[in-house]
Amino acid sequence: MTGPNGGGLDEAIGRRRFLGYVVAAPTLVAAAELGLTPAPDVRLPSPELTELLDLNDMMTAAALPTSGLITVEVNRDGTVSFALPRAEVGQGITTSTAMLIAEEMTVPLERVRVTLADARPELVFNQLTGGSNTTIATYTPIRVAAAIARLRLLAAAATELGSAVTDLTMRAGVITDRSGGGIDIGALAEKAASMRTQQVSVELMPRENFTVIGRPHNRIDALDAVTGRKKFAMDLDIPGAKPTMVCRPPTVNGKVGSVANLAEVRAMPGVTDVVTISTGVAVRAETFGQCIDAVRALRVSWKPGTAEGKSDESVLRELEAAELPLGPRPPTPTVEGRFTFYFRSNSALEPNCAIADVRADRAEIWSALKSPIVAKQAIAAKVGLPLGKVTVHVTEGGGSFGRKLFFDAALEAAEVSQRIGKPVKLMWHRADDSRQGRTHPMSTSRVRVAYLGDTVLSYKQRHTSVSTDLGHGLGEIITAMAARLPVGDIGFSQTFFHLSQAMSYDFGGGSRLLNETGKGFNTGSMRNVYSPDVTCARELIIDQLATRMGKDPYRFRHDFLRDDRSRAVLAKVAEVGGWGRPMPAGTAQGIAFHAEYKAVSAALVEIDCRSETVNRPVRDGVTGPRVTRAVFAVDVGLAVNPRGLEAQMMGCIMDGIALALTSSLHLRDGYFLEASWDNYFYTRQWNTPPELQIIVMPSTSEKPGGAGELGVAASMAAVACAYGRATGTMPTSFPINHGTLSFTPKPTIPPIPPSPTDGLKHAR
Amino acid sequence: MPEHTFRVNGEQVTVDVDGDVRLLWVLRDILGVTGPKYGCGINVCKACTSHINGKAVNPCAIPVADLQPTDEVTTIEGLPATVGKDLHPMQQAWLDHDVAQCGYCQPGQIMAAVALVRRAAAEGRAITDADLDGLRNICRCGTYFRIREAIKAGAENM
Ligand code: FES
Ligand code: FES
Repeated sequence: MTGPNGGGLDEAIGRRRFLGYVVAAPTLVAAAELGLTPAPDVRLPSPELTELLDLNDMMTAAALPTSGLITVEVNRDGTVSFALPRAEVGQGITTSTAMLIAEEMTVPLERVRVTLADARPELVFNQLTGGSNTTIATYTPIRVAAAIARLRLLAAAATELGSAVTDLTMRAGVITDRSGGGIDIGALAEKAASMRTQQVSVELMPRENFTVIGRPHNRIDALDAVTGRKKFAMDLDIPGAKPTMVCRPPTVNGKVGSVANLAEVRAMPGVTDVVTISTGVAVRAETFGQCIDAVRALRVSWKPGTAEGKSDESVLRELEAAELPLGPRPPTPTVEGRFTFYFRSNSALEPNCAIADVRADRAEIWSALKSPIVAKQAIAAKVGLPLGKVTVHVTEGGGSFGRKLFFDAALEAAEVSQRIGKPVKLMWHRADDSRQGRTHPMSTSRVRVAYLGDTVLSYKQRHTSVSTDLGHGLGEIITAMAARLPVGDIGFSQTFFHLSQAMSYDFGGGSRLLNETGKGFNTGSMRNVYSPDVTCARELIIDQLATRMGKDPYRFRHDFLRDDRSRAVLAKVAEVGGWGRPMPAGTAQGIAFHAEYKAVSAALVEIDCRSETVNRPVRDGVTGPRVTRAVFAVDVGLAVNPRGLEAQMMGCIMDGIALALTSSLHLRDGYFLEASWDNYFYTRQWNTPPELQIIVMPSTSEKPGGAGELGVAASMAAVACAYGRATGTMPTSFPINHGTLSFTPKPTIPPIPPSPTDGLKHAR
Repeated sequence: MPEHTFRVNGEQVTVDVDGDVRLLWVLRDILGVTGPKYGCGINVCKACTSHINGKAVNPCAIPVADLQPTDEVTTIEGLPATVGKDLHPMQQAWLDHDVAQCGYCQPGQIMAAVALVRRAAAEGRAITDADLDGLRNICRCGTYFRIREAIKAGAENM
């Protein structure tokens, strides 16, 4: 990426000086603009667009003309508060943000309180959590605000202690002068405050002085998480917000025709309200248990949905028809492959949920939202209130994986609350979340590589996908920016695709194109979006190509990767993982590489495909081949919190294993068969690699790259490659077990299963 | 409406609700004990795992009427008190290994882990890889590896 590092600002005010503000307030409030990073340098079109500008530059740049201020506040009790305009859904950004503030202010991490900001429309493009962009976009502005706070505290302490600022040291939240006199920052919170808002320029802590950034830290919310004190949306006690569920259609997006027994269900125990809404029939009751019973009791006649009669096979035919041609086959030798990736679910463990209290003159919403501004706008429009009358609180999220970019539950909760005139605590049942929730669209990828001797002449890839819904604000950013990009008149999905897919290998000419088809499904960008599928196809073909050229798969990749940073992560996993070590028949290693979000990554896995492993008995589960070892190397430039980064890579590896081996949705007759975690086979303990090593490479940059999604692509690809090498057959359809239905589908009417009653019998 | 009396985290409680309402909702919606999480409602995901009389159970699958007045329900909130400390050794191991990501599954994971270690101890043996493979709790954030490490460490101090 070529955006000049701090170009304009550097020239204007010197190295590492940035502008921020002290804001008029009773206690010290320092601020900076979120869009501090200078605009990227958009140059002429090039075949390798990602080298000029990647998705993250675009997201960062999109914020420039419109950004609002973010503020660091010093409190009288000596704590420091910051409301992060992003969503914490497990990725650890509250911790990394607290680390940035602790570093610049030299206060202990425990004194920093990071909360999640309510929706702030004035931030426009700057409150979207996606594209692994949080740390990239906020790294400098947060530090600037914290550094200004530090400056002000030092100045106030100088007055108090009668010392020169240069004679003061600040450590652990206490400022000390030469004579040993000390004062806590809490005691300075008012004295350092400003009566008027003024601009301040500040220097940031030089990298070599870092004592917090770059060192491993445990999560700041870990204690709350392990004691049950961490509050998710459904744990909030909002007065009058009673449990609410929706009876949903038997097919994707079906609509209510009529309800035969409304009065009867309204009279059921605990039920307070039953009302037809745009997505089904909503039930409000004293407990969710009574909601479940009421939903099951409703007799609804349904109208068709938006995927009526469709199945895996019919969608596959649509994709084939939409595939863009690879062009005439060149006269040189080629390697080709065609890969199918079935629908997958991005359900988090916390299902879609939201609390809504909609009154005649105002509305208040609580939900884990990665695009709260768009949610706020959509909810205001839906309930017919001015934007200023709608308050949207962002709660901590129980996972996202792309799901929380959308606000389906918040919109629905607002609709129900308005219809019945009461607050609601609305939650989707797991079966709803799986069957009607958003999916990673089914896709195919065709690859053709032409080569001659030791040279790769061209690499072409045609990725064809059911449309990915990006209409959650990321789409708006892309649309708004697309005109400024050298990609011509293409839609935002294509723009996104181009921006996220780097070609890291020296493979001559060629093109990688996306075509989308078939609306009608509830889709969304699942963790790492297009990259796992695109990378998996590419890396499998690279293994084939290496074989044809008589090269070792690792050496081949090493030879063709374009830069040192990329080669270094690949070499690292090969070394640590003992690439090429002899392994028994039916087991093998696989290796793969992926670059994105200004970061590079490589995975080496070992897989066991022997029948005694594949056929291990596990009740109601899919065992299958086991990844027995995973070694992963990652270079994100600057890793703010290496322990958090390791955690993200660990999760990405589990996702990659699931995508390659076990997890998919089966579409049949217009609905997805999966309605339970024992139907949708996300990685479980019995699939987890007993050996796992994650290597965070030494920092190669002054700036952090994105990490939340980075590891999925290389992991999935490495597992697929290992499977191909262990079985001697390149897999072409994912996950590999999709052809076998490993469960009995639950009925669709009623749409949710009853809760069992034999729980005590299973006490163990 | 029928009344049901039992014990939750060391205190006797009485609730007035239909007997077939599952314990999970009695805890969460009536008593405000929100540590046990909903992830499926059909005894599959194990996010709601709690203990009854020291054994792991899934309250989403237990009608409240099944409880006796002497039954002791322990949720994650009450786990530390079972060892008379601020934190149970398994919770401490979870902190030491920085296990939690979003944290949604973790109360259930910890409660399942404690019961597993007790089970193995009752059989006079240490935790095995097969034991760990047998844990059914979903973690959609994929913290499985750190969970395994934490359980082994926590078991040492139990
Ligand atoms: S909610 Fe009880 S096991 Fe899933
Ligand atoms: S930590 Fe998020 S589901 Fe386990």
